[in-house]
Amino acid sequence: MPAQWTLIAVLAIAVAGYFLGRSRALGRAGGDIRQLHSLPGYYGYNVALTGLVPALLVLGVWSFLRMRGVTAGGTFVPTLLILAVSLGLTFLALSRTGPAFRARNAVERGILWLLIGAASIAILTTLGIVLSLIFNTVEFFRLYPAADFFFGTVWQPSFGGGSSLGILPLLWGTLYISAIALAVAVPIGLFAAFYLSEYAGPKFRAIAKPLLEVLAGIPTIVYGLFALLTVGPLLLTVFGPEGASWMQGGTAVMTAGLVMGIMLIPFVSSLSDDIINAVPQAMRDGSLGLGATKSETVRHVVLPAALPGIVGAILLAASRAIGETMIVVLGAGAAARLSLNPFDAMTTVTAKIVSQLTGDSDFSSPEALVAFSLGMTLFVITLGLNVLALYIVRKYREQYE
Amino acid sequence: MTDTDANTPRRKSSLLELDARTRKRNAAETRFKVYGLIAVGIGLAFLLALMVAIISNGTRAFTQTFITVEMTLTAEEIEAAEASVLKTGKYKEMVGTAIETALGRAGIDTDMDQKTLLLMLSSSAGADLRDYVLANPEMLDQPLTFDFLASSRVDGYLKGRVTRESLSEDKNLDAAHLDLVDQMRDAGIVERRFNWRFITGADASESRPEAAGMGLSMIGSLFMMLVVLACALPIGVAASIYLEEFAPKNRFTDLIEVNISNLAAVPSIVFGILGLAVFIQVAHLPQSAPLVGGLTLTLMTLPTIVISTRASLKAVPPSIRDAALGVGASKMQATFHHVLPLAMPGILTGTIIGLAQALGETAPLLLIGMVGFIATNAPETLADGFLAPNSAMPAQIYEWAKRADPAYYERAWGGIIILLVFLLAMNFVAILLRRRFERRW
Amino acid sequence: MKDTTVTERAVQMDDIKISARGVQVYYGDNHAIKDVNVDIADKTVTAFIGPSGCGKSTFLRCLNRMNDTIDVCRVEGDILLDGEDIYDRRVDPVQLRAKVGMVFQKPNPFPKSIYDNVAYGPRIHGLARNKADLDEIVEKALRRGAIWDEVKDRLHAPGTGLSGGQQQRLCIARAVATEPEVLLMDEPCSALDPIATAQVEELIDELRTRYSVVIVTHSMQQAARVSQRTAFFHLGNLVEYGDTDQIFTNPEDSRTEAYISGRIG
Repeated sequence: MPAQWTLIAVLAIAVAGYFLGRSRALGRAGGDIRQLHSLPGYYGYNVALTGLVPALLVLGVWSFLRMRGVTAGGTFVPTLLILAVSLGLTFLALSRTGPAFRARNAVERGILWLLIGAASIAILTTLGIVLSLIFNTVEFFRLYPAADFFFGTVWQPSFGGGSSLGILPLLWGTLYISAIALAVAVPIGLFAAFYLSEYAGPKFRAIAKPLLEVLAGIPTIVYGLFALLTVGPLLLTVFGPEGASWMQGGTAVMTAGLVMGIMLIPFVSSLSDDIINAVPQAMRDGSLGLGATKSETVRHVVLPAALPGIVGAILLAASRAIGETMIVVLGAGAAARLSLNPFDAMTTVTAKIVSQLTGDSDFSSPEALVAFSLGMTLFVITLGLNVLALYIVRKYREQYE
Repeated sequence: MTDTDANTPRRKSSLLELDARTRKRNAAETRFKVYGLIAVGIGLAFLLALMVAIISNGTRAFTQTFITVEMTLTAEEIEAAEASVLKTGKYKEMVGTAIETALGRAGIDTDMDQKTLLLMLSSSAGADLRDYVLANPEMLDQPLTFDFLASSRVDGYLKGRVTRESLSEDKNLDAAHLDLVDQMRDAGIVERRFNWRFITGADASESRPEAAGMGLSMIGSLFMMLVVLACALPIGVAASIYLEEFAPKNRFTDLIEVNISNLAAVPSIVFGILGLAVFIQVAHLPQSAPLVGGLTLTLMTLPTIVISTRASLKAVPPSIRDAALGVGASKMQATFHHVLPLAMPGILTGTIIGLAQALGETAPLLLIGMVGFIATNAPETLADGFLAPNSAMPAQIYEWAKRADPAYYERAWGGIIILLVFLLAMNFVAILLRRRFERRW
Repeated sequence: MKDTTVTERAVQMDDIKISARGVQVYYGDNHAIKDVNVDIADKTVTAFIGPSGCGKSTFLRCLNRMNDTIDVCRVEGDILLDGEDIYDRRVDPVQLRAKVGMVFQKPNPFPKSIYDNVAYGPRIHGLARNKADLDEIVEKALRRGAIWDEVKDRLHAPGTGLSGGQQQRLCIARAVATEPEVLLMDEPCSALDPIATAQVEELIDELRTRYSVVIVTHSMQQAARVSQRTAFFHLGNLVEYGDTDQIFTNPEDSRTEAYISGRIG
């Protein structure tokens, strides 16, 4: 692997550069570090970084091109180029090294740029998400009409061509499951939050709160398996052919919704708990001082005061539910269906992203590209919910600060 | 009521008697409190149900049924087998003979032929024997005791998963086999034991659940976590330092802040799409490689690490910075010499929690192909570890859950126990770190 | 001004409304109130004064059992309201607080409309038979709170939009809307500017015609201006209790004198 050896060579030059820079600075100051502008180490770092960073950048670009299959110039020319960059800049930095050179300032400026670069990765990530979704979505709409995608009520991909790829059944499944999940998580989470913040003694709280939060730390694959193998069969015995006979199989909207609701309980309760605790004690005192009971205080004073924050928390939970994948992949079934019966198997946007992109499909058929359009839809919906929720929560925080 | 009646005596009621309305209100109060308690109870009950389901279903995956037979293999036999076209077929015959001998020695009568008898064993029995013999040629021509994996049906029978009724439609095993298994168990030939292979082994094909293990996917997860740690920690800390200590208040900084808080809430599957598009479609990195998985999870974990790192940096009081600046340190020196070391325990805690989150994440891995029956051998070099196709623990569990075989379901639950043990250990370390180094200002 | 109030608002003030006997309060291990005995008269403004941390607010919060909401707080001794022990097992603090209202240091209007703020107490205690009744109660309370004229056109605007002084008078109106017999005020003017303070003080003097008012204040001038009786607390002890004029002009205890002349506190 020439790239590995080039990397090692560049690193070795940097290490050598450090010691050379350091000793040169000391030498030119006659061994008296008081003559130097900066500590000797900074001269070393200056030389090392000047040689290292540009060479690494070139190396990165080269490796990237090689991965893409561009092999122009073989391995010899690029390796030579990288070594030349590394050595040339090292010598340039060495030649500038002297007692008057402000090495610390130069090094710190360099580090600051590295820090800025690291921080920019957040922007690059978002950009990467948006671009990869947009390019592939545009590609998809070239092969499949956008109107049929957004308004089609039939989802029937067939890899031989002639697929119907309407998103509506998937959106319906997604929203139905999320609604059931929220119907489970919001009342339980809210009541638990009120109990823990207003009634529970410190000892009970110290035990119950972390235990509830364990639910949030469990990986979603565990919930998926729980839905598939425990909750599904359990529901089937009650609502299946031998019970109420509403249910055909263990995987259903209800199964996934219920389990997702369990997953979201701690999410709702701990966010609400924070928000409830932010309501000033003076507000509670005012109500209690008028002779209100605790529950009246909670319902008429704390809840309205905390409402914006709680709404924000619920929106965040909804965004979670819509974007959740493993529970629906394992628990909701695979049939895209527009049905009102919560015991029917349905499928979701996320589940179909997984099924369209796993397997040996190439990324040029509409059946595979549709996953990117589904991802785009998902991204836009969750982004909208998140932005709205964060805005509401921030406004709410400002009110009490 | 008018304003003038204020001086007339008001309705007098004794405090010592509860009026009807107060009684009603107190009842409402109690009800509300009970609802809250019930809600907490439901949450805890779900947790308990989850734990019971995991433990009751998963612990069985750690034991496996073995059929122990004594046999002596001669060098001629092996040479003949190696020379034939169907090598493992010959080895299978040796196994069959050995079982017949073992049954005879134990005094168990059966009218089954060798082929039918072999159905009780894992279909890899012949291959296993061959691997062993080729690896240990010194064991030839002397008696050796060999533990063969029983088939998943026999294993299921000993674990209570398979009954005579459930076998009525099975094309391989029937009730007669189970009668034989009962006799063999009494004779000590069939035994259920702790199964190291589940922890250390590789995944197996769909028809051999008894041979499948978590080992390789653990290695895959380990390499992914190395990538996440090596990328996410330095980048996350650098980004946090910039945002918390150096960033001026301007549009660019705002943009970064908004991006980070939004990325923290983007569904994980979207990161999978990103990984697929950027690392595989554009950069042409190898599919299913732990390197790609690690990079994808890095991007997903970064916001978590940045948020917790910034919180720990913020917790370092400004007086520390002032003190350093006051003796003439540069801002960079104050940050790297004083603020960062003080914030380190908090940063590490946050990083471990971010890693734990990444370790349990499944959805993005499905999109970059880290799922399915891929690797059979442990990676031989470090580069292979990062670049050779592999699976990861949660993806392996998902794969088993999809195989729709009760024997694989059992393994999926068992895999979850292993995964949770790792998560528990990581969180435990994080809590210890916090306890040990927590500083109150 | 003092003269006119005395002539106009001369009311019967012999009835004892609250009588405290041997009250001890503990916060965990901290003995916050030590053996306090005090009789509070009806239709009188009684001021509690003393240096910070002397226990005056703590004692005030005992009078309507607001201390119940603090887990570590323990109260011993007897506090009688109209001869009934308010710490009796059978007494519901909810019912007690309807009779003994409270106004807090910082104005704390609920995040609701002005109307709903005042109507809150009557609603929870079921004092109004219908909407018209409630309207009347709200208007009367706002008038008694001396804020009706300022808010009558915007009853449905949020209470948090008022100025500090208006908010505090709204809180007083909210407290009197439940028809209490005693009104406890915990430094009601400490968060207000001088003009708002004067308005609230004027209001307190008016309230005396109907209620027994107990006010905690750190301002001796305020105690002298609004109260008829004054109690001086020091380090959890009730040092001296008597007519306001006597306390300020001729204190019996040397500590009271020291505090009033500014040497302690």
